[in-house]
Amino acid sequence: MTRSMTGARMVVQALKDQGVEVVFGYPGGAVLPIYDEIFQQNDIRHILVRHEQGAVHMAEGYARSTGKPGVALVTSGPGATNAVTGLTDALMDSIPIVVLTGQVPTFMIGTDGFQEADTVGITRPCTKMNWLVKDTAKLAETIHQAFHVATHGRPGPVLIDIPKDVQFANAEYTPPQKAKVDHYQPRVKGDIEAITRLVEMLEVAERPILYTGGGVINSGKAASQLLRELADATGIPVTSTLMGLGAYPASGKGWIGMLGMHGLYEANLAMHGCDLMINIGARFDDRITGRITDFSPKSKKVHIDIDPSSINKVIRVDVPIIGDVGHVLEDVLKVWKARGRKVNKAGLAKWWAQIEDWKRVNCLAYAPGEKTIKPQYALQRLEALTRGRDRYIATEVGQHQMWAAQFLSFDEPNRWMTSGGLGTMGYGLPASIGVQIAHPEALVINVAGEASWLMNMQEMGTAMQFRAPVKQFILNNERLGMVRQWQELLHGERYSSSWSESLPDFVKLAEAFGCKGIKVSDPKDLDDAINEMLAYDGPVIFDCLVEKHENCFPMIPSGKPHNEMLLSADADAFKSGAVLV
Amino acid sequence: MSALNIKKGSTSHSAYDLRDSHSQAEESHTLAVIVENEPGVLARVIGLFSGRGYNIDSLTVAEVDHTGHRSRITVVTRGTPSVIDQIEAQLSRMVPVHAVHDLTAEGPSVQRELALIKVAGKGDARIEALRLCEIFRAKVVDSTLESFVFEMTGPPEKIDAFADLMRPLGLKEIARTGVAALSRGA
Ligand SMILES: Cc1ncc(C[n+]2csc(CCOP(=O)(O)OP(=O)(O)O)c2C)c(N)n1
Ligand SMILES: [Mg+2]
Repeated sequence: MTRSMTGARMVVQALKDQGVEVVFGYPGGAVLPIYDEIFQQNDIRHILVRHEQGAVHMAEGYARSTGKPGVALVTSGPGATNAVTGLTDALMDSIPIVVLTGQVPTFMIGTDGFQEADTVGITRPCTKMNWLVKDTAKLAETIHQAFHVATHGRPGPVLIDIPKDVQFANAEYTPPQKAKVDHYQPRVKGDIEAITRLVEMLEVAERPILYTGGGVINSGKAASQLLRELADATGIPVTSTLMGLGAYPASGKGWIGMLGMHGLYEANLAMHGCDLMINIGARFDDRITGRITDFSPKSKKVHIDIDPSSINKVIRVDVPIIGDVGHVLEDVLKVWKARGRKVNKAGLAKWWAQIEDWKRVNCLAYAPGEKTIKPQYALQRLEALTRGRDRYIATEVGQHQMWAAQFLSFDEPNRWMTSGGLGTMGYGLPASIGVQIAHPEALVINVAGEASWLMNMQEMGTAMQFRAPVKQFILNNERLGMVRQWQELLHGERYSSSWSESLPDFVKLAEAFGCKGIKVSDPKDLDDAINEMLAYDGPVIFDCLVEKHENCFPMIPSGKPHNEMLLSADADAFKSGAVLV
Repeated sequence: MSALNIKKGSTSHSAYDLRDSHSQAEESHTLAVIVENEPGVLARVIGLFSGRGYNIDSLTVAEVDHTGHRSRITVVTRGTPSVIDQIEAQLSRMVPVHAVHDLTAEGPSVQRELALIKVAGKGDARIEALRLCEIFRAKVVDSTLESFVFEMTGPPEKIDAFADLMRPLGLKEIARTGVAALSRGA
């Protein structure tokens, strides 16, 4: 049976056939035919955003919290250019999203037509793949291919640019089963010899560590399950990047905390001192490695990654394993069990004793505030009052983001949405809305800094319109805190433009949007205020005035090795006068 | 390593350390990249080189399989061995790329380039140019009383050598195709 339809209808049909339930978008001249089709059906829900950047971050939040691709629809020209930050964000963090852009009609392309932009040209470096579709007959197939590419191999953003005449024209619809997803079938099974080599090394290692990343989460729930099994059965300590939090539970016995620039002392020292580093779906980012030449000098390194270009890009490894984390871990466990479940018990016991020793430094210690709320304290209370709930956390970018990573715990994957690779201020609010749309009953909190939050605050309108009861937990230090911290520590305390001047009254702002505003500044009112936020059935802007000059520690200044970490003066090490190496 | 001594804000504590970690010698490699012949693919490949700071010394491209819509891109690039490995890996993971062959690493290969070389002159210089043309097995494809256009095919070094000899004899213009290459043997 052949089905002829317009390009615009094809778009909607193809999305339905791909199982899409929600599209985040913003209309304009070049996508009107598609909007007309959306109007005439009820299967796909359209969430009208307030800025196209918001649409893309919402699609990202949706994708991260569900594991399914997120979809955004925007118009040509400014609609497309506004989507660029979100695309780049998704590329850096390997998030599967499909962005559809309208384009001027094919016969006008190249004439500097109204709202014409070279969208595929502009977005080529920030998409995994993009297409300009000039023929309606190829439109449906291209959309199916786009979903395939976004979700296979290392996930990422794809974009399809659809000229207006292509949306109007008729052609035969290609269903997903008939679309050729051609040669793009990245390998998922790891080389069994390399896997055996890894097991041999793991059996004898005295100081092994599992260094896990976002790849575990991207691989799917089964991968997280296998990671837990491997870590718990072998007794090897687990650390994770910012992107991988929740893959191994924070309550698990192998958990030693996040590593990296603001990672835990024990996690970074374990990375530095290990003799076997097993990198599972992480990419040796510079925020993790610090100075390359001093990175974990005594270890053999194994790297499991689905993207061959991640191997040896930054750090040379001894055993590369190219494949999907889930598939590889399954084989690792099989081989390890078949060989008799061996580990170096004596070595591991000593290693854990060493790690316990490092933990005693108590690197997250901070001096509690009497009259002012310390940001760490605010997060500890948020954690205590929300633990056990069906909770999702998004963040903005800055100190609050790092404190959230340090002080909130995640026992499940897909519960933590943060802009890691690009560090996009303005990500958290729209991302939290995307999460809430995907999980209407869940508790969704965006841990924000006041400056980041202002970058996409217009999306509160979206939250209101679509009844997304997101909680905006703003740690308001009236500073571009992370910038201020670098200026204090590294630029001679010259605070160049790192003040948040002329801030709005967030409570009035909440009222203006029609939601609830709560302001708190005294530590003794904090719990009640948080409970009030949690009890409110609707979006809340929570203005938590915190200590303005708190620094986020530990910190490894960029370009320094792991063992040259800066610790807070409040860490126990300093109280006892201990000298650290 | 306490936060305390650095907290004083001394600028001697530079946070920036931008040293190159492993410096190895640069090598020249010829890569054959088999791609889907669709719009934007060449731009994507070139964008990879410019975006990641890799070198392109020469680049040729043409469709080589009309029914399968495959094009072959031949790139001559330079870099340390680890950079060359990265280039290969980065190219291989691109969605429209079917295969990447490092012809330099995979064994002996034939490399050929075509050049058109315009030389203007009179008298002895003109005769000398024609004599060298014969020695280099170039062809005369255009001539006037005051000029020749030579066509020559060969490895890039041979074209370089010929062009160097033509320079004092009145070299006017040169057009080169860039390298096409195939591995030797079956
Ligand atoms: C779009 C964007 N612009 C600039 C930066 C640089 N930057 C990183 S953190 C930061 C300050 C963030 O301030 P705030 O949101 O208040 O968070 P805080 O650090 O105070 O917790 C800035 C400007 C960025 N990451 N993203
Ligand atoms: Mg701030």
